[in-house]
Amino acid sequence: MSNAPVDHGRRRFLTIATSVVGGVGAVGAAVPFVASWMPSEKAKQAGAAVSADISKLEPGQLIRVEWRGKPVWIVKRPQAMLDELATHEDKLRDPESEVEQQPAYAQNRHRSKKPEIFVAVGICTHLGCSPTYIINDFAAQVEGVKSGFFCPCHGSKFDMAGRVFQSVPAPKNLQIPPYMFIDDNTIVIGEDEGTV
Amino acid sequence: MFKNLMSWIEYRLPFMDKMNLHVMQYPAPKNFNFWYFFGSLAMLVLVNQILTGVWLTMNYVPSADGAFASVEYIMRDVDYGWLLRYMHSTGASAFFVVVYLHMLRGMMYGSYQKPRELLWIFGMLIFLVLMAEAFMGYLLPWGQMSFWGAQVIIGIFGTIPFVGEDLTLWIRGDYVISGATLNRFFALHVIALPLVLVILVFLHIMALHEVGSNNPDGIEIKKDNDGTVEQTEADKKFTFHQYFTRGGKKIIVDAIPFHPYYTVKDLLGVAGFLLIFAWVIFFFPEGGGYFLEPPNFEPANALKTPAHIAPVWYFTPFYAILRAIPHPFMGAVAMFAAIVALALLPWLDRGRVRSIRYRSGLHTANLINFCISFVALGVLGVLPAEGLYTLLAQIFSFTYFGFFILLWFYSKNEKTKPLPVRLT
Repeated sequence: MSNAPVDHGRRRFLTIATSVVGGVGAVGAAVPFVASWMPSEKAKQAGAAVSADISKLEPGQLIRVEWRGKPVWIVKRPQAMLDELATHEDKLRDPESEVEQQPAYAQNRHRSKKPEIFVAVGICTHLGCSPTYIINDFAAQVEGVKSGFFCPCHGSKFDMAGRVFQSVPAPKNLQIPPYMFIDDNTIVIGEDEGTV
Repeated sequence: MFKNLMSWIEYRLPFMDKMNLHVMQYPAPKNFNFWYFFGSLAMLVLVNQILTGVWLTMNYVPSADGAFASVEYIMRDVDYGWLLRYMHSTGASAFFVVVYLHMLRGMMYGSYQKPRELLWIFGMLIFLVLMAEAFMGYLLPWGQMSFWGAQVIIGIFGTIPFVGEDLTLWIRGDYVISGATLNRFFALHVIALPLVLVILVFLHIMALHEVGSNNPDGIEIKKDNDGTVEQTEADKKFTFHQYFTRGGKKIIVDAIPFHPYYTVKDLLGVAGFLLIFAWVIFFFPEGGGYFLEPPNFEPANALKTPAHIAPVWYFTPFYAILRAIPHPFMGAVAMFAAIVALALLPWLDRGRVRSIRYRSGLHTANLINFCISFVALGVLGVLPAEGLYTLLAQIFSFTYFGFFILLWFYSKNEKTKPLPVRLT
């Protein structure tokens, strides 16, 4: 042990330098612990976007694709159906889609990107049953409305934009998932331009 | 022989000295009333939770496929499994009962005031960890309310601007609540948080013993040794650890040793508590649907939302504040602020008189206002958020925060009664 006087400046420098290097090391060591909480490759694969071919979709036809374990509907709406959306808005709970049940690009009357193509998660917002698509006889449910969705479990009713009618158990409009069109015939569900 | 062994140990680890310091020769004020049961009861419940929890893990299967069935297996097929499980699930509710009463005691007698601020902060940290522990534990049975309750609570993090969505993804480890979420909650619930909890309880008690226990009169029992206060004959009867007199700078008055006086008193509290606890476990283990909610007897189903989602009763006061505010993120901020406000009590209360016995009538009224607001919010948090209930939740959220704001204003120049020199 030497008897040299204590060099405080040097001691402070060494203390700070050691702390900084150690701190960087601690942050680096924390990375695997934090990162291991992100969805695993398996979970990512199970939750990945799905694509569907809509070239053979006839007007009025509904197809179902499965995304993250849920049924997603794709409906090609003829012009008559779209025209009808404006006629019954006084009977809807949330005609302007103010409750966030859709991406921003689907917050419009037809609740979709392209007016004729309707995409929605086919699960009733009440208790999670899957509503039935009634193409011609919906007037039996709501007077003056030709087509819509009727939930057989507790009688919730939605129009052809998935907007919920008043005085039914379901509180919200149907959920619209994020989606995008890769070309005229292919739609990707679960991803949109914002997430890519 | 035995004496030699003891002194051999004592030389290497001063066990008896520490026991004297914290138990046998710890000076406790002689006027503790029943409100002082709840600290030791909280420790008892913690031991109950750890013990029954360890035993439950022996048969519980932490996976989305096996969790629900394994809890049913524990309830039906494991010998006394039902008892261990009910002791644990009822114990969670009991924990919050005693902790809430323990906190109210602190508020009544000003136990958070200088120099006990850090003690109070440790207590609030224990409360926070306890809430996280209870929330994660509630997911483990993987019932409907486990699943949807977690959905709602994790959703609160999703309301944070910009990072919310990614944060919820990180917490869940999946796009929906899944087995990944269940397993990490299990790990935190049985290992990480209990460790933190035990360490915090240790620090809470160390901080308590450093500054000494407060009491219903809210005056110190350690007086400056400058002749202003003299020890009576009764004060000289007991030996306290020399640490507490700070080398003769302090004298201790109106104190009794923690053991045997308060160990025996706390045993009475334990007996009374266990009587009620056992009665609930044997006759009302589900607490009328408040300790274990009815939808939790159905397995978790991501496609089926229960008609009404309500958190377990001990979260409802804060949940009611969350829902009272129409904006989701501001609601979450308000809910968090409700807890932070409690933690800031030592600084929001600018008074120097601790106990409600000697504070103004206004303060007593304000504290009653706080209690009513808290209980009312608790009731409203269970009810659906609609119409009149929402309005009432807003009013009581206002009076809840009003307690703290009013306190800050009047405590500066409060009209208090003269304090006694000695405990009454």
